[in-house]
Amino acid sequence: MVETMVSQSSFSEQQIWDWLSEVQDPEIPVVSVVDLGIVRGVKIDQHTVHVTITPTYSGCPATAVIAMDIETTLIERGVENLEIKQNLAPPWTTDWINEEGRKKLFQYGIAPPKQGVACSGALKVSENESVSCPQCLSSDTECVSPFGSTPCKAAYRCRTCREPFDYFKPF
Amino acid sequence: MLSDDLAVRDLTQHMGDNCLILAQRITEWCGHAPMLEEDIALANTGLDLIGQTKNWYEITGNLYSPAITPDQIAFHRNENEFSNFLLVEYPNTDYAVTLMKQFLFDTWHFLAVRQLVIHPNEKIVAVAQKSIKEIQYHRDRSTDLIVRLGDGNEESHAKMQAALKTLWRYTGELIKSNQLNDGDESTPSTIAETYSSTIQSVLRQATLDIPENTGMVYGGTKGVHTEHFSSMISQMQFLPRRYPEAKW
Repeated sequence: MVETMVSQSSFSEQQIWDWLSEVQDPEIPVVSVVDLGIVRGVKIDQHTVHVTITPTYSGCPATAVIAMDIETTLIERGVENLEIKQNLAPPWTTDWINEEGRKKLFQYGIAPPKQGVACSGALKVSENESVSCPQCLSSDTECVSPFGSTPCKAAYRCRTCREPFDYFKPF
Repeated sequence: MLSDDLAVRDLTQHMGDNCLILAQRITEWCGHAPMLEEDIALANTGLDLIGQTKNWYEITGNLYSPAITPDQIAFHRNENEFSNFLLVEYPNTDYAVTLMKQFLFDTWHFLAVRQLVIHPNEKIVAVAQKSIKEIQYHRDRSTDLIVRLGDGNEESHAKMQAALKTLWRYTGELIKSNQLNDGDESTPSTIAETYSSTIQSVLRQATLDIPENTGMVYGGTKGVHTEHFSSMISQMQFLPRRYPEAKW
């Protein structure tokens, strides 16, 4: 037991955050769970590393996989006592996706949500909101369906280059 | 058990039952919807509702002694123990009925959950806040489609009108529900009025007429279900009941 205590306390919280930023989202494997704002907190007490995560959408099937990936990653780094807790409140919003995450989404071909558009109470989606095409950067785009390949994305089409693309919808 | 706890258990179970049963109906369309975009939209809506079901049932399950899991609540209860509205168990029939059912439910769902965002129980508030944005997306989609198809061509109009006639008898239960009436069924609150006026305004826009002289049917919230329900849940529950220890 004494050994475990020593090994646990030898990690810093920053170290855990760094490792977590290597855990990719299983459905969008270019952004990390830290970039997406899914990891809400890391705390180390003398026995255990506590990680708090939050689901993006209530039924997102990636949530269970993310918890497993976090566990695997941290165990591989030598974390022995780990507790992953899921918190619903406050509810996740796309405003929690960091700048780095937005950049990576765009480069991957997914138009990122606008910062500040989402709010926690009710949606403020404006019909005229312009979304830039991640292929040709044109802002002449249209929504094909607000429901896309995953719960968090809408299907869009660019009127300039005619390519379809995903839009990570404000939420 | 405190009466407050019992009320929370019943409320969360009722919310979860509505989400689960509608989601189960929606998933019957998976791979069969008339357009790819609709197939995907339905699957996503069903997924949201199943996620919400799990969140509601977590609260419910912890108020049983000993505590039970969301899976036990979903798969190991009998027909008369479900308190969902009769509306959500109605078979899909055709796409017009599917969309009309979704619209009549989404409008209620949004108003009910918006009310739960200010509930005194913080666990209920957390689930309500988590759900409300998803429900808004569902409601926007079904409202849009009701207007487009109702006010579409002759055939789509006729199908939507027929769907409304089929389902209208089940809406009385939604208007009288406790979630819209602060627990007092005898006095319709302003929220129930908001439900009626929202439905009326969308249907007017969709050029659809509300059926007259329709007798309302009640029973779902008291566990008295339609003939469609038992075959539906027996299919849903078959595997976990036949193989209780089955694991993925």
